[in-house]
Amino acid sequence: MLKKLILKKLRHCWHLIQQLSGDSAYAQYLQHHADFHASSVDAPAALSRKDFYKLWQDQKWTGIKRCC
Amino acid sequence: MHKNIKFILWILVGLLGTFALSTIALNRGESINALWLITAAVCIYAIAYRFYAAWIAAKVLAIDETRATPAERLDNGRDFMPTNKWVVFGHHFAAIAGPGPLVGPTLAAQFGYLPGTLWILIGAVLGGAVQDMVTLFFSTRRNGRSLGQMARDEIGVIGGTAALIGTFLIMIILIAVLGLVVVNAMKHSPWATSTVAATIPIAMLIGLYMRHIRPGRVMEASAIGVILLLLSVFAGGWIDHNETLRVYFDHDGLPLAFAIIVYGFAAAVLPVWLLLAPRDYLSTYMKLGTVILLAVAIVILRPDILMPAITQFTDGTGPIFGGKLFPFVFITIACGAISGFHALIASGTTPKLLANERDIRMIGYGAMLLESFVAIMAMIAATVLEPGVFFAINSPAGVVGKEAIDAVAKINSWGFAVSVEQMSQLAKDMGESSLFARTGGAPSLAVGMASIFGNAFGKGLLALWYHFAIMFEAIFILTTLDAGTRVGRFMLQDMLGNFNKKLGETSYMPSVLFTSSIVVAGWGYFLYIGVIDPNGGVNILWPLFGIANQMLAAIALCVATGILVKNGKLKYAWVTGLPLAWLVTITTTAAYLKVFSDDVRVGFFAAANDLSTKLAAGLLPPEKAAVAPQLIFNQHLDAYLTLFFVAMLWIVMMDMLIVCTRRIAGKPVLPCTEVAHTESQLNNAWVRD
Repeated sequence: MLKKLILKKLRHCWHLIQQLSGDSAYAQYLQHHADFHASSVDAPAALSRKDFYKLWQDQKWTGIKRCC
Repeated sequence: MHKNIKFILWILVGLLGTFALSTIALNRGESINALWLITAAVCIYAIAYRFYAAWIAAKVLAIDETRATPAERLDNGRDFMPTNKWVVFGHHFAAIAGPGPLVGPTLAAQFGYLPGTLWILIGAVLGGAVQDMVTLFFSTRRNGRSLGQMARDEIGVIGGTAALIGTFLIMIILIAVLGLVVVNAMKHSPWATSTVAATIPIAMLIGLYMRHIRPGRVMEASAIGVILLLLSVFAGGWIDHNETLRVYFDHDGLPLAFAIIVYGFAAAVLPVWLLLAPRDYLSTYMKLGTVILLAVAIVILRPDILMPAITQFTDGTGPIFGGKLFPFVFITIACGAISGFHALIASGTTPKLLANERDIRMIGYGAMLLESFVAIMAMIAATVLEPGVFFAINSPAGVVGKEAIDAVAKINSWGFAVSVEQMSQLAKDMGESSLFARTGGAPSLAVGMASIFGNAFGKGLLALWYHFAIMFEAIFILTTLDAGTRVGRFMLQDMLGNFNKKLGETSYMPSVLFTSSIVVAGWGYFLYIGVIDPNGGVNILWPLFGIANQMLAAIALCVATGILVKNGKLKYAWVTGLPLAWLVTITTTAAYLKVFSDDVRVGFFAAANDLSTKLAAGLLPPEKAAVAPQLIFNQHLDAYLTLFFVAMLWIVMMDMLIVCTRRIAGKPVLPCTEVAHTESQLNNAWVRD
């Protein structure tokens, strides 16, 4: 029981770390794409992992993202 | 928990905090343990967060959990996206906490540990954290609009333009002063220079890995990068001991400054995935890891603070920077107490990720408290050094003399014991040729950190710890430098786009090269002057940065106060109005003194006149006479720049006061731009736990 609870918490932490680092950004994007765009016929195809990360990073660094 | 138990617990936290604070405030003559500073800080933060921030959230801002946030309404899977609050907290903290809270407290330690510590604590809970939180809230209610846009929409075009120009100029000054800190840390230090240089190919390697080898595997790539960075610290030591190789990395300040200028240009022009993004990942991991390590080491070691509570330099004669305690301690410590730059992160980026308004307190207020805690640790690292050693490292040659023997005599005459042998031994322990006049705060922070780490985790490795600390500071200073130059470029392109459409295109190469050159030339100029200035440059640049940063904070608080009054919350306007009044007082006083003071170490005009007179009378040594005309020109330029900052601040203030007066008198004002209430549909348990 306790072991299960600890494992669950650890998994949750790992999930947060993945989100924080950006590792899961592509999976989230695919999920978003499936939820909102996949149903329409003329929807554009989802980006490849490589293209998504290029776009993601470019967007991340447009504007003031780091401070003093 | 039972209500009474909670009540008693909070009373205990209050009592402990009061006891810790009175211990550090009333102690004189005896050394005091650093744990008292940590205890006072943690208790004050806890009480402020639990009561003051909660009250602001509930009463002043009237946070509404049922309202859909922009992340929910405009979700696009990329920048607008409901995100777990801890993840947003992490992103927000990583964005706001740069080198500022490490450098400012180190410099302000010349007044003793007490003034800086009190300002960091009080400034953060009543000013900085409030500013971050209310800006985050107002931007969230306006679809994540930026500070400049909010100023334009809510106060008027003048306010918006002032915020935009202010941001651009502060960026230029910030990059210059940070560049100077790195240059001073690398000057004639082959170990530091080679380690810092190695961070560039390491970042590029990680960039290539993430782009082409294993796209998007950020953690895996960062782990490899962090290992390589640690190896680079060892490799730096090996290079330092190799007679053939060390000469390639042993340089004066000027060539290093030019190298940084060239690097800054390259970083602004190269694609982000190659250098900027990977460097940022590495610096974020290093930053978080080192700050946690430092906190653990301080708790394990419980070092005594050797610096007096208050030194004689409160009278304005301090060697690190000239000027009295009031207002200069408040200008020197901006980040860590209140930093206007945060308002740019709290508006724009972070609001687009918020899943629920309820998280605004934790992210806006909480992240600033954590940054303030980093500043407290920097203060501890500076003040656990023997005061004589601290002043020997941080006093510029222009003040204490070029020769070690003169510097030691001067510092001894102030009543702080230090000897040439002691400094030589310390330099040897740290793997440096000399630690005299290593201004800028980075070397003394590194010595402080190395002695804390060394005592806590193994004394034999002092030189490694020292260069690890230098690498840690340099890597995220360079990240700020890269990111700042790039942002400056975007801002300039945006402004020029109003005159010529082609110049406004961010992918148009001639425009990229042109605008990047202007931005780099802007900060490169101040960096160059800072390096050739015999007084160390920090004396001029850091107060200028402080004034600019506090001015930006004042603009953010103007916007917030204006919105509160417009929303009919006049009775709560003091929450932002009081810190605003304080900031206006300190920035105006500091600016007045920096421009008009008769003291040559404070007043820009006084310094320029003094130098002109000496130059005309032939009293300057040849090397100083050669650079004197440039220094004179720069003093004038700095004076006008300071006047410009203050004029800007007063214009926005007046603009805001007019809006408030009109609103109170029932006259029409610009309409409130808050987005209408939409009920949240998000079952946000998954993002909020």
